[in-house]
Amino acid sequence: MNFPKDLKYAASHEWVKIENGIATVGISDFAQDALGDVVYVSLPNVGDKVKAGISFGDVESVKAVSDLLAPVSGVVLEVNEELTDAPENLNSDPYGAWIIKVEAIEEEGDLMDAEAYEAHCAEEE
Amino acid sequence: MKLIFEKSVKGRGMQYLPDCDVEEISLPDCLKREEAPKLPEISETDLSRHYTELIKRVHGVNCGFYPLGSCTMKYNPRIDEEMAALPGFTGVHPLAPDYATEGCKEVLDTAKTLLTEITGMDDMTFQPAAGAHGEFTGVLLIKQYHDARNDKKRTKIIVPDSAHGTNPATAAMCGYTVVNIPSAPNGCVDLDALKSALGDDTAGLMLTNPNTVGIFDENILEITRLVHEAGGLCYYDGANLNAVMGVVRPGDMGFDCIHLNLHKTFATPHGGGGPGSGAVGCKAHLAPYLPKSKLMTGKDAFQVRSFAGNFLVVVKALTYILTLGKEGIPEAAKNAVLNANYLMRKIQGTFEPAFDRICMHEFVLDLSAFKKETGVSALDVAKSLIDNGMHPPTMYFPLIVHEALMLEPTETESRETLDWAAEVYRNLYKLAHEDPDYMHASPHKAQIARPDEVKAARNPILKYQA
Amino acid sequence: MASFIPSTREEQLEMLKAIGLEKFEDLYKDVPGEMLLKDGQLNLPEGKSEMEVSEIVRKMAEKNVLFKTCLRGAGAYDHYIPSIVKYIPAKEEFLTAYTPYQAEMSQGILQSIFEYQTDICLLTGMDVSNASVYDGASAAAEAAAMARDRNRRVTLVSACAHPDAVNTIRTYSYGTNDEMIVIPEKDGKTDIEALKGLLNSSVASVYVQQPNFYGLFEDAEAIAFLAHEAGAMMILGVNPIALGVMKTPRDMGADIAVGEAQPLGMPLSYGGPYLGFMATTSKYMRKLPGRIVGQTEDANGERAFVLSLQAREQHIRREKASSNICSNQALCALTAGLYLSAMGPEGLKKAAVNSMSKAHYLAGELCKIPGVRMLYSGEYFHEFVTTLPNAEKVLSALEANGILGGLPVEGGVLWCATEKVSKAELDRAAAIVKEAVSA
Repeated sequence: MNFPKDLKYAASHEWVKIENGIATVGISDFAQDALGDVVYVSLPNVGDKVKAGISFGDVESVKAVSDLLAPVSGVVLEVNEELTDAPENLNSDPYGAWIIKVEAIEEEGDLMDAEAYEAHCAEEE
Repeated sequence: MKLIFEKSVKGRGMQYLPDCDVEEISLPDCLKREEAPKLPEISETDLSRHYTELIKRVHGVNCGFYPLGSCTMKYNPRIDEEMAALPGFTGVHPLAPDYATEGCKEVLDTAKTLLTEITGMDDMTFQPAAGAHGEFTGVLLIKQYHDARNDKKRTKIIVPDSAHGTNPATAAMCGYTVVNIPSAPNGCVDLDALKSALGDDTAGLMLTNPNTVGIFDENILEITRLVHEAGGLCYYDGANLNAVMGVVRPGDMGFDCIHLNLHKTFATPHGGGGPGSGAVGCKAHLAPYLPKSKLMTGKDAFQVRSFAGNFLVVVKALTYILTLGKEGIPEAAKNAVLNANYLMRKIQGTFEPAFDRICMHEFVLDLSAFKKETGVSALDVAKSLIDNGMHPPTMYFPLIVHEALMLEPTETESRETLDWAAEVYRNLYKLAHEDPDYMHASPHKAQIARPDEVKAARNPILKYQA
Repeated sequence: MASFIPSTREEQLEMLKAIGLEKFEDLYKDVPGEMLLKDGQLNLPEGKSEMEVSEIVRKMAEKNVLFKTCLRGAGAYDHYIPSIVKYIPAKEEFLTAYTPYQAEMSQGILQSIFEYQTDICLLTGMDVSNASVYDGASAAAEAAAMARDRNRRVTLVSACAHPDAVNTIRTYSYGTNDEMIVIPEKDGKTDIEALKGLLNSSVASVYVQQPNFYGLFEDAEAIAFLAHEAGAMMILGVNPIALGVMKTPRDMGADIAVGEAQPLGMPLSYGGPYLGFMATTSKYMRKLPGRIVGQTEDANGERAFVLSLQAREQHIRREKASSNICSNQALCALTAGLYLSAMGPEGLKKAAVNSMSKAHYLAGELCKIPGVRMLYSGEYFHEFVTTLPNAEKVLSALEANGILGGLPVEGGVLWCATEKVSKAELDRAAAIVKEAVSA
């Protein structure tokens, strides 16, 4: 299981990378593994407001659906449209296949560093 | 096999209708369809053979053992079908004048009298078309009751975590916030969890009893009393009534309303997914809120679909109840419970029940230890059962048991069938220890091998395209 | 008398013994004793033999009065049903199967639903159909729920839709605490000017029936245009027989097409079982409620059908699902698919044209009678409203002659004709009306 050091993580298994005031958001390796084959990602629209800890979309596998909780509050700048046609990218490349980018960040939710998140995952297993 | 569309040949087809004997009218261009729908063009010979071919790829109760937990797959008597097919019923227009529909009303009234007696309710509607539809209707009764009293603070419905998935979905459809409460270790309602969830915001409780692990909640009177004390009402999910019909009545357990699945408990066929009938019964204080058809009654009322519901299904259920009568109804329940316990004990020693105690009409096997030991999952076992010519049990439900298989043999199976089924289970238990890979790859002798559900969901093909 | 229990009394006792019990009562020891019904306490009639029950139920059926000729529709239509369409769905395998959870032993049911979904897409011009819902009215209500999102919650419903559909949408809306507003009627049709005043940014969808309850064709395209302009979805309720000749809901601008498919091979049956169909465009595929069958491949690469897109549904989403529906009217869907295959494109067209032509002929004959005139002007399909003096007496006269006349509605009587009624019968009906009106 991969936990890149340069990312921050939410307890609900989203990762976030904040650079130049823009937050890139995806789901962790642990999350994609627990979900199994992702078959669909429900994405927000560009310009939607997201709020830390509140759902901005969901990911579906064949037998499960999981809310995506925003790790930060802000406004959706970009969504990864590629995931509409290739949701499997979330399985094959969880840290490459980002889901949304958020700008105008107002606040961050409770986020963990890689080490704390790894411990959190170990606990959940 | 081919799809019906792949058998179509242009210009083929039958003439079922005579030519028009009055002047033909056509639509103005602005309303006309551009081209005819590309429906199949097929001879009646090929049509008949197509469906015969489909039939060979169907497993019904009449084909073999079907112990699908929570679904009460009992034998569907032929006489019920014959009665429902009487032209005196099928030919009646729902809006025919009252004097012309007295027979239909007698069917509904008689079914109501018998079913309210069986459930301990005061009134009943047959408008809901399925169990989930009945749940929706029943919880709306609760909502209307509180609203009529202007009791607007009741915004929550309590649902145990062992409940059918429809219960929380229903509560949400009725605008309620769902409060999930954990079950006690024995699968029953945890009274402390219930007490702490109850309050003046409680609209009601939705409960199945016997519950989804097949256990009758011995605290049921206490549970309904607590909910009533808090000002809430109690909804009985009738999915499991087959265990107790004629033995104990939901009305006497303290429930205010109930839905029945006539297609489970009262032996009407499931038809591959419907039509069923989710009759809803209630105590007198909820009766004013029962749905009615505006067009049939001329009254503005709540209603959940058109007309009087799946009337022919009620004819079938009535035929069944009249046949069984006062001795047959409890006898069916008792034998359903007996068969479940018998099968559970016969399997025990290999696959283990989640709760080692007397069960009601169904029981849950917990395969988590077995899976750890052999790597063979509940799914693998289910698929291997198909190779043995029997329908698998309900899988991975209830959610509170991991690797669950839920079996409901029903009363209409013989001891030989149960003995045979137990032997199949025991053999599979052995096979899992000897050749787990064979089971991972099962079924081997079915209509198809395991389908790729991921592919189906990622690239949905939902209709035929030439 | 029969309880369909195979085991004999003796076997039952042996089985009890085998599980370490003596008597049936031991099975119910969890049930508080005071609640258990005592022997004979259940107030039901004694069980009876099949022969006796058959007699009792038959007598009930005989109490109904059947009419040889049916000129009443209003949501339940008396079309001709080919013999094969009655025969095949009565086969036990189709009857006694459950929802096809186990694809490996349910390909027959799954394929029949896949074929039905294809049929509905062909008729409506839509991309995706679900496996069916309970009936036309609940399909309309499910569509209204499907169209809502976080910001748009209001449903506008035409006053000219079937009253049971209007009420069902209202009931479902009451459930989710959402508002349903009726668009008033004008001259038997949806009042488009009034609609303009009702559309705003909180409106999720507009529901209109085509042809409407009075048989009239609405200007559905204009209504769809207005709905879309206001950012709302257009839901069109359609008669499936009319779709043999009528422009598809897709071409009329609908986002969701729904309707009552009873006319496709199901008898009147005092209102049910019927069949609700529901179809939409690819864009809204994942919002569509209900079961959906999809095509895939099995492990050997062979074509296979499965229940698909299940993550939309209640058993996975629980309280987040937009609907609690977890079944369909599979046997009715099979019937509809069978009917459409039997009729074919030509047969369906004929049913539509003949129904419409006979309705127009009947209207013409009735309007020759003094005091009888069309209540509304405009194009209509196989139903229409006329004024009718002495309506009650006229309808009784028809009934006495084995004819179920039109349905009394405000301002007159709503008539219907299908391909089943011959010219001779229509002439006879008109003659009876003529005599009774003036008598």
